[in-house]
Amino acid sequence: MSVTTYREAVRAAIREAMQKDERVFLMGEDVGHYGGCYAVSKGLLEEFGPERIRDTPLSESAFTGAGIAAAMAGMRPIVEVMTVNFSLLALDQIMNTAATIRHMSGGQFRCPVVIRMATGAGRQLAAQHSHSLEGWYAHIPGIRVLAPATLEDARGMLWTALDDPDPVLIFENALLYNMEGELADDAGAVDIDRAAIRREGHDITLLTYGGSLGKTLAAAEQLEGDGISAEVIDLRTLRPLDEGTILASVARTRRAIVVDEGWRTGSLAAEVSARIMEGAFWELDAPVGRVCSAEVPIPYAQHLEAAAIPQVPGIVAAARAAMGR
Amino acid sequence: MTGAGTKVHLTREHGLALLAQMLRIRRFEERCAELYTQEKIRGFLHLYIGEEAVATGVMETLTPEDRIVATYREHGHALARGISMNAVMAEMYGKAAGCSRGRGGSMHLFDRETNFYGGNAIVGGGLPMAVGLALADRMQDRAALTCCFFGEGAAAEGEFHESMNLAALWKLPVLFVCENNLYAMGTRLDLSEAETDIAAKARGYAMPAEAVDGMDVVAVEAAARRLGTEIREGGGPRFLECRTYRFRAHSMFDPQLYRTKEEVEAWTERDPIARLRAWLEEVRYLHAGDLDRIEAETADEVEAAVAFAEAAEWEPVEDLMTDVGAEART
Ligand SMILES: Cc1ncc(C[n+]2csc(CCOP(=O)(O)OP(=O)(O)O)c2C)c(N)n1
Repeated sequence: MSVTTYREAVRAAIREAMQKDERVFLMGEDVGHYGGCYAVSKGLLEEFGPERIRDTPLSESAFTGAGIAAAMAGMRPIVEVMTVNFSLLALDQIMNTAATIRHMSGGQFRCPVVIRMATGAGRQLAAQHSHSLEGWYAHIPGIRVLAPATLEDARGMLWTALDDPDPVLIFENALLYNMEGELADDAGAVDIDRAAIRREGHDITLLTYGGSLGKTLAAAEQLEGDGISAEVIDLRTLRPLDEGTILASVARTRRAIVVDEGWRTGSLAAEVSARIMEGAFWELDAPVGRVCSAEVPIPYAQHLEAAAIPQVPGIVAAARAAMGR
Repeated sequence: MTGAGTKVHLTREHGLALLAQMLRIRRFEERCAELYTQEKIRGFLHLYIGEEAVATGVMETLTPEDRIVATYREHGHALARGISMNAVMAEMYGKAAGCSRGRGGSMHLFDRETNFYGGNAIVGGGLPMAVGLALADRMQDRAALTCCFFGEGAAAEGEFHESMNLAALWKLPVLFVCENNLYAMGTRLDLSEAETDIAAKARGYAMPAEAVDGMDVVAVEAAARRLGTEIREGGGPRFLECRTYRFRAHSMFDPQLYRTKEEVEAWTERDPIARLRAWLEEVRYLHAGDLDRIEAETADEVEAAVAFAEAAEWEPVEDLMTDVGAEART
């Protein structure tokens, strides 16, 4: 075990993938000479050279599309888009090409591309740099959507994603990059199909992912003090959802709260909640609750920003309400 | 036939092959238009009639390893590339034997065998794909080039700019072929572009570019061959603007209110098939009976394709969800 950060874990994953497979390369804005806008790729240019740590112009659509097609032609690109906000300029390529080509071509073409991007609020960067749109991407059939919330997942999801025959999007919550903790020295690939129970409990299930996992675990600690035993599930894979783990947990606890940094309307939380209704309605002792971002473009001022996104007190309050306390 | 000042020596055999290929595309599409009115073919149907010289001329210069990216007006490209007419026709019908197993239809013809990457119905959407295919080839030291066909309408999309810049910046082996038929649906070029010289736009990315008479198959072939050679020698991307015209409407739903009959007639005078045929006659390459033989062979091929598509099976509905993604891991 050694102490590492989420940022270093992602970097280690990229390094290892590039050492393991000649076909892997990293491409995006400022990934090379600048070192990555979140310093994730710092030092990699020196190690692998500009062919494989490839700085691109500010051309989200073209370089994302190029990555998608390079994957179709035998490479294993990791495309880095600075944030999900800018990925909207590449949405056409992701949605209309990456997600459709296998089906539209009758199974003849596939693109094992990995597209990484930062997501989430909390750094006072205002609306155009703070949104959480991974739920939108989770709407799209034909792609897999991952949200690593732990060091193990930050380190391990990339390789499994590169091994996947289909396009995989990895959303890294920008607030997690500085998260520090112990990581096994031999930490390697992890499963990208299943949700994980991060904390066991028997009174209520708190379902979350990405940047909200830490807050949800903190809320569970507080609830423990009130005599409420909360189970915390980290969804990990937002598409396809691991319904089995979700429903099994809710069947045990009989109550559920979904915590999601996306907006409530049409959110991933809405989807998870609906799946619970469909699959475990008769098991429930209370309506499924949701803690989501306020329906507002994320504001700049710190207090407003904090008020806009899910926080520990809100999660605790929702859980208590579901318990009738 | 001469193109852009280049004299090309054409054998009788090659001249007849070009004529046969263009006729094949035309007769196929004329039949498709009929089948469309009979509701055998549905959805959008974009015909290439009038533009056959472009796909035919360019495709002659490509190797089997080269990759093709096309648009929704791609029947001509698919046939000229060598996808069987049966598979293309079955796809038009939406049958399981279609080149995209009935999932693509007219606008999304795909074929792995011939490196045919569609069939993209997003204007400009194929340009980044061409950049990526060429990048992969370069990084893997393959000799292939990627040939990307698109209409002049795509020049107004942001992806045009991004892709030209990226391909030129990274010196990628891409042959960009702009099929400038003067109209993007009903919008005339000068109503949508401040700079109507599309080749000049490409030069703005430090990319060698030229324009040819797209109604002259020999000129197209000569230019594509020259540019292709430069690309294969490591020169980076090249841009070929083919000035052409579609004789038919944009799609089967288009009443063509935006252009005059006189204009269409004037361009019809320049029909690439009639022109090549006249030249072949002039130089006595076209012998008595040649044209009848080609027409008869073409008609047989088209009718066989229709029969094939008619008889072909529908993809079972149980297979609806196949090929959305890989089989789930267990
Ligand atoms: C991004 C996008 N915008 C609009 C359309 C609708 N549309 C389909 S074809 C077309 C005209 C394109 O003209 P051009 O690129 O010149 O090609 P042509 O049809 O003339 O071959 C338009 C506007 C589309 N398919 N994709």
